[in-house]
Amino acid sequence: MTRRPHHHPVMGLLRRLDGWARAAFPAASTALLMMLAAAPAGLPSAVPSVALACIFFWTVFRPAAMAPPVCFGIGLLQDLLGFAPLGIGILTLLAVHGAALRLRRFLARQPFPMVWLVFTGFAATASALGFLLQAALNWRVPPPTLGLVQFALSAGLYPPLAALLTRLHKAMQRAETLG
Amino acid sequence: MIRLSIPLRQALSRLSLPVLIAAAFGIMLLGKADTALVGRARMAVADTLAPIYGVLAEPLNAVRDAVQELRFLAALREENLRLREENERLHRWQAAALALEAENAMLQRQLSYIPEVKASFHTARVVADAGGTYARAVLLATGPGNTIAKGQVALDERGLAGRVTEVGSRSARVLLVTDMNSRIPVVLEGSRGRAMMAGTNGDRPRLQFWPEGSPPREGERVVTSAEAGVFPAGLPVGVVRWTEGGAAEVELFARLNRLDLLRIFDFGLSGILPPEAVARPEPRQRH
Repeated sequence: MTRRPHHHPVMGLLRRLDGWARAAFPAASTALLMMLAAAPAGLPSAVPSVALACIFFWTVFRPAAMAPPVCFGIGLLQDLLGFAPLGIGILTLLAVHGAALRLRRFLARQPFPMVWLVFTGFAATASALGFLLQAALNWRVPPPTLGLVQFALSAGLYPPLAALLTRLHKAMQRAETLG
Repeated sequence: MIRLSIPLRQALSRLSLPVLIAAAFGIMLLGKADTALVGRARMAVADTLAPIYGVLAEPLNAVRDAVQELRFLAALREENLRLREENERLHRWQAAALALEAENAMLQRQLSYIPEVKASFHTARVVADAGGTYARAVLLATGPGNTIAKGQVALDERGLAGRVTEVGSRSARVLLVTDMNSRIPVVLEGSRGRAMMAGTNGDRPRLQFWPEGSPPREGERVVTSAEAGVFPAGLPVGVVRWTEGGAAEVELFARLNRLDLLRIFDFGLSGILPPEAVARPEPRQRH
């Protein structure tokens, strides 16, 4: 690799570190939020919902930092944190990522309620896909209410999560225009 | 770092999603084919995260305790009245229990009854919900050098909560009795009829396969059965509740939606089934 000319080597290194930190932030914060969501709260597990919302948000607004391998890793983490058959989280999240990537040009320009509406569609599809895969891999049909609870949790969690992530995303954008 | 031409890089990035989706299917097959490997991977993740969960659990518990404290303060008067009444009732029961204990000891002496070995137990903190959407399980932080083993029985302060299904070096996973894959041999205390208690992922597991002619009665106590050599006989499980739809369910004594400490008992029982065998319901018994 050829080094780009920098006026000061230390400044160049710092800038590159800063760039890496920003590139890694979406994945790292998603993993952290998922771990927080696994805390025992007496509620149904919010881990899949958190992963879904974060993947969707970063795919739409910062696709460079949410590449397919990152989605794969987050899906694997989701599957390992839970008790479900391996692969369900990976497949669902990759499908959501792929679909959101196709719609991102349209979605990035929409007001929040519209994005939320589209997200609920994604959440419904993802819950249905997860339910079907669960039934297929365990060879037993789980109670349908669980799929509905999962969907409701995803749809309900999106606005607060998106509000938080939007702030972080805006802060990163400001840092980028300054740098 | 290798420098790739732009069209090649674009082609690679377009290919990565389908390749990874294929890999996801591959992992699904692998997970079905080698459950032991998946278990080890899960416990490796759980072991890594257990200390973090342990730290996170502290403030969360503090918040939960504070909320509970406020609720207690609000209901102090009624609570006190209720407790007074309950205490009086329990005093009467205590007298009855002491009398029965003495009588039991006397009868055991006369029958030269072989006493069961005293069980040893460890208490461990519940640090994470390890179930996800379609399973009911919790993760325990056990600390290094624990003697917890697969198949041991977990009880909260009131009754049966679940069984240890996976053990790591710093954590253990407990499958709760409400999970779909949980099948527990139980005895209906009134009729001594045997039955299976099957989890449904809901709050109340269902009773199945009771002997014909003696259906479980509403409010009857359900205790564990020593049938399969997995549980000792007589651990408190719950009471029978009939639903409007005509299904017999068990209202558990254990409060599974607010577990914070679990006692893991080692009853020294060897008839432990591997988890994949537990997943299959027992064949119906003929009586």
